[in-house]
Amino acid sequence: MMSIERIAVLGAGHVGPAIARVAIDAGYEVAIAASGDPADIELITGVLVPGATPLWAADAVAGADLVVLAIPLHRFPVFDPALVAGRLVVDVMNHWAPIDGHVAMFEDPAYGSSEIVARRLAGATVVKTLNHLGYHELEDDRRPADAADRRALGVAADDPAAAALVAEVVERIGYDAVRLPSLRAGRLLQPGGPVFGAALERAAFEDAVGVRQAA
Amino acid sequence: MTTFPLVLGLDTFGDTTDDAQGRPLSHAQSIRDVVEQGVLADHVGVDHIGIGEHHTPDMPMPAADVVLSAIAARTSRIRLGSAVTVLSSDDPVRVFQRFSTLNAISGGRAEVILGRGSSVDSFPLFGYDLADYEDLFEEKTALFAELLKGGPVTWQGKTRAALYEQDVVPYAENGAFPVWIGVGGSPQSVIRAARHGMSLMLAIIGGDPARFTPFSDLFQKALQRFGRDPLPVGVHAPGHVAATDEQARAEFWPYYLKVLRHYSRIRGFAVPNEASFRREIGPHGALYVGSPETVAQKIAVNMTRLGATRFDLKYGMGGLAHEKLMTSIELYGSQVIPRVRDLMASPEAPEA
Repeated sequence: MMSIERIAVLGAGHVGPAIARVAIDAGYEVAIAASGDPADIELITGVLVPGATPLWAADAVAGADLVVLAIPLHRFPVFDPALVAGRLVVDVMNHWAPIDGHVAMFEDPAYGSSEIVARRLAGATVVKTLNHLGYHELEDDRRPADAADRRALGVAADDPAAAALVAEVVERIGYDAVRLPSLRAGRLLQPGGPVFGAALERAAFEDAVGVRQAA
Repeated sequence: MTTFPLVLGLDTFGDTTDDAQGRPLSHAQSIRDVVEQGVLADHVGVDHIGIGEHHTPDMPMPAADVVLSAIAARTSRIRLGSAVTVLSSDDPVRVFQRFSTLNAISGGRAEVILGRGSSVDSFPLFGYDLADYEDLFEEKTALFAELLKGGPVTWQGKTRAALYEQDVVPYAENGAFPVWIGVGGSPQSVIRAARHGMSLMLAIIGGDPARFTPFSDLFQKALQRFGRDPLPVGVHAPGHVAATDEQARAEFWPYYLKVLRHYSRIRGFAVPNEASFRREIGPHGALYVGSPETVAQKIAVNMTRLGATRFDLKYGMGGLAHEKLMTSIELYGSQVIPRVRDLMASPEAPEA
């Protein structure tokens, strides 16, 4: 089976650079892109994410095994699905209305935000993870694989092979990956859910989301 | 590195306070108490008092400039600022006029920190869509920068009526008042501050303050890029000072927990536990809770590693009594501030 070596991070706001930093630390080759000219973010990436290459989004995606979607959710309705067609996409976004406002496309309570993202990015394979810990915790809370206090992160996808690939990335960054059986189950990772903002180790995390799996 | 004077201040969001029996005091009394706190801060040698705009029943502080004005009338030394002004949902012209008026009243002691505000309640209140905050903030900051130049203003945008050679009064007596941009984690906001020549105030309210060090570097590099002179970097962080570490923790923790429980319910995140509180008050956390010595050491260490020359301790925590806050302010002014000055002045800079 293939594994992930090159990661494209789309978004250079609060979240994108934080993810890019830990990905570089974990040994991945990382490109980062905002909505426009890479020259606009070159200063930011040079200081905050040394080692990442700022590129146009299309170029970043073209060279990547995995695309991390870390744009403001209210910009997602104008995000071009063709950009990530055929790609493995990690959706780290949240519909967190009390903090970021309401986004009409995500208002239907019958669907999780990543289900709605996946429906719009029909040509891509969408995995939900890294959305339920603070971007400010992402670096501090990493631990080696054998650490007793290693924090668990949920990985939800409809495609088991995609989930396995992304789980491996999560583990390599420094977290225990707990797989959830579907994007629909990924609603458990959302704001208001049992693990949003909660620092839990594997067993407590599995209890909280109601899954149990062999370590 | 260019040196700026060390500024050690206090911030409040005007949290309502409880009386000795644990009953919440009225909004009116809480506001009057903030005036007393500001006056005490001046008397005990605090450099700056900042008041953060909020619009909730637990933080009834929508008109910080009015409160600052009352403090101005009873003090002669302390600087008076917002912490922050939610510019995205306000009219830059009015903000400029109100703080220019405060500057006039106080004899040039006014400052402003512009921000989106992590308290987002002003958006529905004034008819703005939270999803537009980035565009609102960008455009309104640009207008604010124009207003600071003085003289008739000509400006056009999407968020308010255009201005054509418009006089905006009162005129400044001695140039524009200092303006900062509050940043909670957005690198674009750091760049924006540099582009407009506004100072950078880092709001560090959770996690390891050291992770903000690159933001400080980014700010100075961006200033160079825009051909501007260096500008100061400040830090805003929550805390509480009492005679001993134990007392400070015991006083602060129950109210911190109560406030976070309240917001975790509204915002849908997990309630922090005592272990996370211990982490936050420790050397790698964001809270400055402890004895004067503990708090001073932590301030000096973090200012040094963040390249900051200003520190604002945000005191008060929903319900924490006015008397306890007065003691905290007294200790901050009389013990923490001189100790931080000593530590920062010593040739052996404090080690992280």
